Amino acid sequence: MDFLTLIQVLDSTVRMATPLLLACLAGLYSERAGIFDIGLEGKMLAAAFFSAAVAAITGSVWMGLLAGVGASLILSGLHGLASVTFRGNQLISGVAINFLAAGLTVLIAQDWFHQGGRTPSLDGAARFGAIELPFAIGPADAEAAGRPLSQLLAEASPLQQFYSELISGQVILVYLTFLFVPLTAWILFGTRFGLRLRAVGENPAAVDTAGVSVTGLRYAAVAICGILCGVAGAQLATAEPAAGFIKDMSAGRGFIALAALIFAKWRPWHAMWACLLFGLFQALELRPDVLEAMVGLKVQAQLLGALPYVMTVVILAGFVGKAVPPKAGGEPYVKER
Amino acid sequence: MTVMKSLMGAAAALALTAGAALAEPALIFDLGGKFDKSFNEAAHNGAQRWADETGGTYREIELQSEAQREQALRRFAEVGANPVITMGFAMADPLSAVAADYPDTKFVAVDVTWLDAPNVRQIGFAEHEGSYLVGMMAAMASESGTVGFIGGMDIPLIRHFGCGYAQGAKAVNPDVKIVANMTGTTPAAWNDVVKGSELTKAQISQGADVIYAAAGGTGVGVLQTAADEGILSIGVDSNQNHLHPGKVLTSMLKRVDVAVYEAMKAGENVETGVFTMGLAEDGVGYALDDNNASLVSDDMKMAVDKARADIIGGNLSVVSYYENDSCPAISF
Repeated sequence: MDFLTLIQVLDSTVRMATPLLLACLAGLYSERAGIFDIGLEGKMLAAAFFSAAVAAITGSVWMGLLAGVGASLILSGLHGLASVTFRGNQLISGVAINFLAAGLTVLIAQDWFHQGGRTPSLDGAARFGAIELPFAIGPADAEAAGRPLSQLLAEASPLQQFYSELISGQVILVYLTFLFVPLTAWILFGTRFGLRLRAVGENPAAVDTAGVSVTGLRYAAVAICGILCGVAGAQLATAEPAAGFIKDMSAGRGFIALAALIFAKWRPWHAMWACLLFGLFQALELRPDVLEAMVGLKVQAQLLGALPYVMTVVILAGFVGKAVPPKAGGEPYVKER
Repeated sequence: MTVMKSLMGAAAALALTAGAALAEPALIFDLGGKFDKSFNEAAHNGAQRWADETGGTYREIELQSEAQREQALRRFAEVGANPVITMGFAMADPLSAVAADYPDTKFVAVDVTWLDAPNVRQIGFAEHEGSYLVGMMAAMASESGTVGFIGGMDIPLIRHFGCGYAQGAKAVNPDVKIVANMTGTTPAAWNDVVKGSELTKAQISQGADVIYAAAGGTGVGVLQTAADEGILSIGVDSNQNHLHPGKVLTSMLKRVDVAVYEAMKAGENVETGVFTMGLAEDGVGYALDDNNASLVSDDMKMAVDKARADIIGGNLSVVSYYENDSCPAISF
């Protein structure tokens, strides 16, 4: 296995990890504020559909992104209403959102486009294209040289390969997502809002005594969660190489993100590494040849697909240290208690 | 009371005449959905052609889950639909359970050839022969000497496609490298565009510059990504050349539309038994139209047409994966 192959696998890892990371950060805000959210999956799915549908209709991917975020925000609002205002069970509300999204997206897609629950294929400005950074070898250079891109890359220096294949040529949402990790760390641990957000997940009564609105903070957290899930959905359906929505396309990513969140023990930087690790498993699932070269025996691809869940169980069992969720997580706050 | 009786009698008579008039064919699409641009869409096109030509109507259902297979079969048989046409190998088990209960109904099963049922018309295709031809074209069009194959669900039928393809590619270039991947092991693999795209990217990075997708709806993602990345792809079942003009080398045609059209045309008198549609019957072949004319050179066309004639004439035999559940040209 050569260096370029490794870079290619990492390139695929970054792509696979992006929606996971977005959903994971979404869950981070929500759960740090004491609202458990297993509806990440449903919100991503709804956002994936509405972003692809609106992008297909208007021809503009940015309109699509807006619509996806909007749809996800509405579901978030439902979740907030059920779990903050009406003090309902947060898990049940999350499950309801997942079912609602799975059914509604296909139904509306069938009604709008009559293509068996999918949106038309997106092209051109209707989806996010790869961004070519300066000095990187891209499709344009290949065309100019009249040779395939893979050949040019194979002849380039390792540094150039790393830069052209991994750093350059990603979709804008990928860059934004990874920039969002330090931003989240700063918001949570460096600002007053972050301090209050964390406090409301640990001891809402104390926050209330200090004269800060628990309800307001929790709604803010749920809204941030909605926006991030919306971007995750848009990344799934409208960012190259994807080109449209298909039924159930979130395919359990919301749950893997939850697993990553527990794995990361509710910390932003750790969340990034956890999502990259789970993304690597998904990337390796697509490259059985690489895995064969690495470990010397044929590994079932399905095993890799199951690894995130297996690892989460191992962590929960306490082998890699204790994962302690925010203390007030899942508890509706009652003022008079 | 008498009024009631005559009313009910009239209603019964109406129902009977309605039943007689309703002896219309029924079509059950497999899980990929009617508009998968491939296998099921071919069936839809065949049925639509029949409807346009005869002015007839037909019933249809798009299955959403495994549990609906037997239910749909029984419902169509109960309402008197005849013949009832099913798509896909997975209908074999429900058919063997249901067909005997409705001896007067004719069933037509596409991709099923091994049932022992007197009232079922079973249609198989020689996919390995058609795949052999497109495999030759892939190897001739490839500049890197590496070609790819992306299957849908990992079942013998799809390996059958891949096996013919690999033999064709090796016939042209014995040193050709063939990268083969399956999308999954559940029926969801027929409709996983995202994974289709990622597999395509993975195969391209392994050097493949022509990729054949035998994956139902998943193939949409394969063709899309291949076009985005500037390599050639090969469609399957329906003619998919028009999806990305100038980027799809050809399509392995499996004339499901003809099978459905003919079954509907024959109506209740459709002949039962096992039928195989190969190159000789024009049941399989490769697609050539305006969209790919510039990609297919004269040499390529001559070589492929010669192979086609040889296979029909019996001078060239393509090994079927079914013969001993393994392939001489590739291991999956």
